[in-house]
Amino acid sequence: MSDDHDSTEPGLDAHRCENGHLSYPGHARCPDCGAPQTETVDLAERTGEVVTWTTSTATPPGVREPNHLAIVEFEVDGEAVRALGQLTTADGIEIGAAVDPVYCAELRAPGAGIREPESQRWDGYRFEPA
Amino acid sequence: MDRVAIIGASMTAFGDRDAWLLALLAEAGDAALTDAGVDGDDVDHLYVSNMASGEFEGQTGVPNALAHDLAAMPAYTARIDQTSSSGGAGIYAAWQSVASGASDLTLLVGGEKMTHRTTGEATDVIASLTHPVEYKHGVTLPSFAGLTARKYLAQYDAPRESLGKVAVKNHRNGLDNPHAQFRKEVDLETVLDSPMVADPLRLYDFCPITDGSAALVLCPESVAAEYTDDYVVISGVAGATDTHVVHERDDPTTMRGVVESAEQAYEMAGRGPDDIDVAELHDMFTILEFLQSEDLGFFEKGAGWKAVRDGVTDRDGDLPINTSGGLKSKGHPLGASGVAQAYELYQQLLGTAGDRQVDAEVGLACNVGGFGNCVTTTILEQP
Ligand SMILES: [Zn+2]
Repeated sequence: MSDDHDSTEPGLDAHRCENGHLSYPGHARCPDCGAPQTETVDLAERTGEVVTWTTSTATPPGVREPNHLAIVEFEVDGEAVRALGQLTTADGIEIGAAVDPVYCAELRAPGAGIREPESQRWDGYRFEPA
Repeated sequence: MDRVAIIGASMTAFGDRDAWLLALLAEAGDAALTDAGVDGDDVDHLYVSNMASGEFEGQTGVPNALAHDLAAMPAYTARIDQTSSSGGAGIYAAWQSVASGASDLTLLVGGEKMTHRTTGEATDVIASLTHPVEYKHGVTLPSFAGLTARKYLAQYDAPRESLGKVAVKNHRNGLDNPHAQFRKEVDLETVLDSPMVADPLRLYDFCPITDGSAALVLCPESVAAEYTDDYVVISGVAGATDTHVVHERDDPTTMRGVVESAEQAYEMAGRGPDDIDVAELHDMFTILEFLQSEDLGFFEKGAGWKAVRDGVTDRDGDLPINTSGGLKSKGHPLGASGVAQAYELYQQLLGTAGDRQVDAEVGLACNVGGFGNCVTTTILEQP
């Protein structure tokens, strides 16, 4: 397995198999067809659409409160791929709203929760109304 | 093939318990052995359903400890962890042990000790089942419920009140369950005015954090009558998975693990959704009762909320759901919940459910791990 398939990737890279299926994050084999995932597509520069969203007001240690979250769908060459992420704001957010990824160096405080800080990345992308 | 019978069952009081995990497991295990009229040394296999005793309490190696406490040595022991569906997975493992001939008598004990942790800490232990790309955003299981509920209400044009009615119904049922954590009625207004937790879901849309344990004793049906006149049979049991990463599902309102495990359990039992007289569903969040009641085939997709609205799933309705009070009112000690679902069906099928009693010959339990990530479905029947 190449580093491209490492689940600790910092970016918003969708992974594509040889049959054109996309997934975010990547997996050892394509969840749709079982073929190897051979390339990545960066979603960070694309505009996505809110599938659904919530505001969590009971958050675990090290997580901002309230925590606005959305599932966002991107379309890449006619193929849909989704990602979960924090929202910068809930203002103006509704199902179908257009959002852009924005980089955040630390999405939650490493080590405050149960997960071993060294086991994964803590930076990533929030979504902001486009 | 010889079917597998349940000849004894028990559950402890669920709630904020002083006892730690080993004592809770021993309490339920001891009571189930007594109910079945067997001794510890009659047990060939002993399984413990538990998600996170190490993370919650710093106690590991629990099955071996329980075998010692119940004088069940030299029984073979193993821990079954499938997060929230550890109990259902334990039923499947216990069934396999008897059905395969490896064990003539199996004790299954599910349990969890959680209330000594803050809500945030307990939520984090459970959220640790998520993928790193989910966990870093601070997503919790309640957040997944909020995301899914908003999608469901929009997709099927269901009113927010419909979710509240699940809570009202299950709290009403729990009033008559002496083991339940919350034995109080709540009205719709209280649910809809309770504090927001994961918009649009509010406090009363969620199950509490709970300590407790439940247990079953299993043997081949062919010898069950040698132990007792009062037993039920497992006519169908199956488990299935869905995606680990929740956002990768094409339809967020369908739980494929429920669909797949139910299809297999129905086929094994020679039954279908119309044959089910009573069901215990995994209402960790109110929205989950809608999803399961549809994905199990009880109602059309998107129509589960109407069934609750119309009273179909009330105790005196055509298909009573969560007569025990469900996880919502009974409480949700993770590893115990799937076992406690079977305990409720065992009572309903034997006619010992007291004020909760409904007319039932066939019951179904659906136990959901993660946010539908792994699911077991079990069908119990009168012999
Ligand atoms: Zn593929």
